[in-house]
Amino acid sequence: MVLESSKWLMFLVCWHFKNVSCNSVAQKIYVELNNTVPCVRLLNATHQIGCQSSISGDTGVIHVLESEADLEWPLSKGPNPPYMVLLESSLFTRSIMMKMKNASSRVAGVVVVLKTSPPEFSPHTTCPNENTGVYTDTYDHNLAHCNTTVWNPQGNGLSYEEFDFPVFSLKEDNETEVIKQCYFDHNRAVNGSGLQYPLCAMQLFSHMYAVTDTATCIRRKNIDFSSSPVIVCDPLGDYNVWASIRPYNNTAFGHKENESVVIAAARLDSRSFFLQDSTGAEGSISGFVTLLAAAQALREVTQEAPPTRNILFAFFQGEVFDYIGSSRMVYDMKNDKFVIDLDNVHSILEIGQVAVRSGANLFLHSDPVSRRNYTVNNEVTNLVNNLQSSTAGLNFSLVEAGFSQPLPPSSLQRFLRARAIPGIVLADHQTAFNNRYYESFYDNAAHLNLTYPSNLSPEEQLEFVTDTAKSLTEVATAVARALYKQAGGNDAQVNNINADPKMVTQMLYGFLVRSNNSWFQAVMAPELKDFLQPNPPQYYVGVARSSHQAKALTSLVQYLLANLTGTATNLTQSQCQKPDELPNESTHMYSYLWVQGMVPPNSTQRESFCVRAAVRLAKAESPAFELEDYTSKEYSTWTESQWKFIKARIFLVASRDLEVLTLGVGVAVLFTSLLVTYFVSTKADVLFSDVREPARAAY
Amino acid sequence: MTASVFFGCTFIAFGPAIALFLFTIARDPLRVIFLIAGAFFWLCSLLLSSLVWFITVQISDKESASQQKGLLIFGVVLSVLLQETFRFGYYKLLKKANEGLLTLSAEETMPISIRQLAYVSGLGFGFMSGAFSMVNILADSIGPGTIGIHGDSQHYFLSSAFMTMAVILLHMFWGVVFFDSCEKQHWWSLAVVVISHLLVSCLTFQNPQYVGSLVPTYIIMFFMGLWAFFCAGGSLRNLKLCLTCKDKDFLLANHRPR
Repeated sequence: MVLESSKWLMFLVCWHFKNVSCNSVAQKIYVELNNTVPCVRLLNATHQIGCQSSISGDTGVIHVLESEADLEWPLSKGPNPPYMVLLESSLFTRSIMMKMKNASSRVAGVVVVLKTSPPEFSPHTTCPNENTGVYTDTYDHNLAHCNTTVWNPQGNGLSYEEFDFPVFSLKEDNETEVIKQCYFDHNRAVNGSGLQYPLCAMQLFSHMYAVTDTATCIRRKNIDFSSSPVIVCDPLGDYNVWASIRPYNNTAFGHKENESVVIAAARLDSRSFFLQDSTGAEGSISGFVTLLAAAQALREVTQEAPPTRNILFAFFQGEVFDYIGSSRMVYDMKNDKFVIDLDNVHSILEIGQVAVRSGANLFLHSDPVSRRNYTVNNEVTNLVNNLQSSTAGLNFSLVEAGFSQPLPPSSLQRFLRARAIPGIVLADHQTAFNNRYYESFYDNAAHLNLTYPSNLSPEEQLEFVTDTAKSLTEVATAVARALYKQAGGNDAQVNNINADPKMVTQMLYGFLVRSNNSWFQAVMAPELKDFLQPNPPQYYVGVARSSHQAKALTSLVQYLLANLTGTATNLTQSQCQKPDELPNESTHMYSYLWVQGMVPPNSTQRESFCVRAAVRLAKAESPAFELEDYTSKEYSTWTESQWKFIKARIFLVASRDLEVLTLGVGVAVLFTSLLVTYFVSTKADVLFSDVREPARAAY
Repeated sequence: MTASVFFGCTFIAFGPAIALFLFTIARDPLRVIFLIAGAFFWLCSLLLSSLVWFITVQISDKESASQQKGLLIFGVVLSVLLQETFRFGYYKLLKKANEGLLTLSAEETMPISIRQLAYVSGLGFGFMSGAFSMVNILADSIGPGTIGIHGDSQHYFLSSAFMTMAVILLHMFWGVVFFDSCEKQHWWSLAVVVISHLLVSCLTFQNPQYVGSLVPTYIIMFFMGLWAFFCAGGSLRNLKLCLTCKDKDFLLANHRPR
């Protein structure tokens, strides 16, 4: 009776306390794992990559892998397949993953526990974006497919493999301890004897709806179901952020007469094997933080002594996935959907990976094929001279990378694909990347040696100027001066251009350690303050949303750029939303953003104000989806699969024999009771007759 | 724990009840109706007792474990007493209904005797009680895991199934004895039924020492079964006749139709 009444009562109690999970038997069986990051499926024009679980989850007996030789146990020797292999990050290598992929009938899934970083690890390919850059077989056969320089030699290509079992990652915290404890209690063979049931097992759910490639999943989306469309995959994309020194009318697209623009570009996004865990400290953050600092350094001088050419700062999203952002901007420029077009572009300076120097030099990469043209070569040489003279008085120097070497993977390649524009990519590597953790989850603050003294509070850490910040500040100063000179500015003013190290270190702290700090809070809009979390923002570009709201990282860069290049105005909040009613303001030329502002020392109310800046968002979705060419070789066709739910849980499993025994006992009980009841019911008259009963009673 | 355990436990818990239903109740619509009505009465008693328990839990101190345990014991005792009260109420209702049915029907004899009603109502109580005990547990037994990760005993599913089977059969026996004692006004045997029900319920507080609760329950079930057999009109002589296949001669001798 305890069982029946307590269950009913528990249900009533729990129904009232709605946040309690209510099935007490399930709580005795399963332990849910909440802090897991799955590997999901991405598709492009030709392949599907990533991981897939079966629709009802994959269950396997947990096995903690101790070394590569220990793989024999789950793959051949172990008596209780399938196994759920738990790896530490040092064992997460290509050879181990490929062996498990080939024996996938015995492997139910893989769980990677992220611990200390190995000396080098890059799950990306050795030649990033090799088919969508400018180096194709027709452009220059020798430079295509990284024949001259392999940019990412440590790349093992794991991110682009397809696994038909789920792969999850866990951090080293309490949940991982529970798993290890369960494993040591139940799954260890004691003194050579066999393993005793019950065994500790794990179940992973990450069923992905999309299969084969982008064209297939988009075709399935477009089948006309009357009630609701079935969406199985979504294209990747977000928004590019751009700003210019002199504002452009945002409604006038196409070629602008007598406009010559210098574009300064950087990329925002990065990825890792587990997409939601992307960091990208050296890969992307070093570049765009330097560019933001350069934009801020140029603010004063361009207002006092404006240069002849305009400078356009462009931050591209989605560059990791075949240059989504830059290909879209080039497409818009070619089709008169952007405020300028390719004829207006004078030259391009791109900031690549600049934080991990192996010496006192940074390198200037240019494209040898376009430099065969005399004018282009002159312009590039001019730009190189401007850059090299900008490092006077700084602690580093700029050296040209080898003349026969192609450009590293960069947004400039997409511009060159459309037109031979003079351009330079600034990077800290001469040939292969210095980044040993390119596009992996180890490319984080520790990789940049971003260390703070231990006794500082978070706000004090925000203000502390690290060595990394100092070196990036110098790079930003050089970039700003070079841009000013390139844009035809007054040479006398050049030495007044200096980037602010405090600004740089605050940005590095916000983008690499915690985004929820006082400065970021001050520059963000009130309705977007939930984007700021106690951890760094997400750098994976993610799925393009139909709403007009950019993602956290993009919005943060937009508001920062507005703060660093715009001006504060006296408009009230309602005026800030409708500035066209005022005589001197125009939303065609500027964007007006209402930001939270700082908290003054003696009060709790923020002093919000309206920022006027020439900062805009431009849609960064691949032109392949506009043109509905889903097998395009020209543009990015990356999509992300949809899924229903993703979860993980651990529990004990009983032996097959015990289960079959239970079934056998049940069937035996059923048959016995059927027989006995049949016997009793046919003989009921005799059995239950009572001669003392009156004859009239019926039975 | 997968489908084998699910079906195994279902058959163990509900096997005898299904067999009884199939062979004795399913053919006669009147018996089916009274079975369902009996189940409904049990359900009402449980609703009432859980309402009382819920209110007392709300006004009690939720942090104190000993108070909650005391409240649980109180809840169990109250539930048992309410179930027996509702059984008595059902008996009264059936007596009245039977007289009414007799006046309405064209035949002279009662369509269903009080003894059959006792059996049917007991089985109805048993079905509903078994369903409430077991359905939650069966739903969780279908998943891949078994109990034990927090250190509980592994035999939870099997023990629950056997306990449920015992409780269903016990309800049936209690129903027969209860109605019989009410007919004959033997109030002391009524008290014994109530006390044995209380005893079986309180034995479950021994869990997770499943041996301590299952073995005495089965012993009690055996004795109740014997008592119910004798109350229903059985005797050792009849049993011997059946088992030695001399029943045909017996019937012929007494001019009874088969």
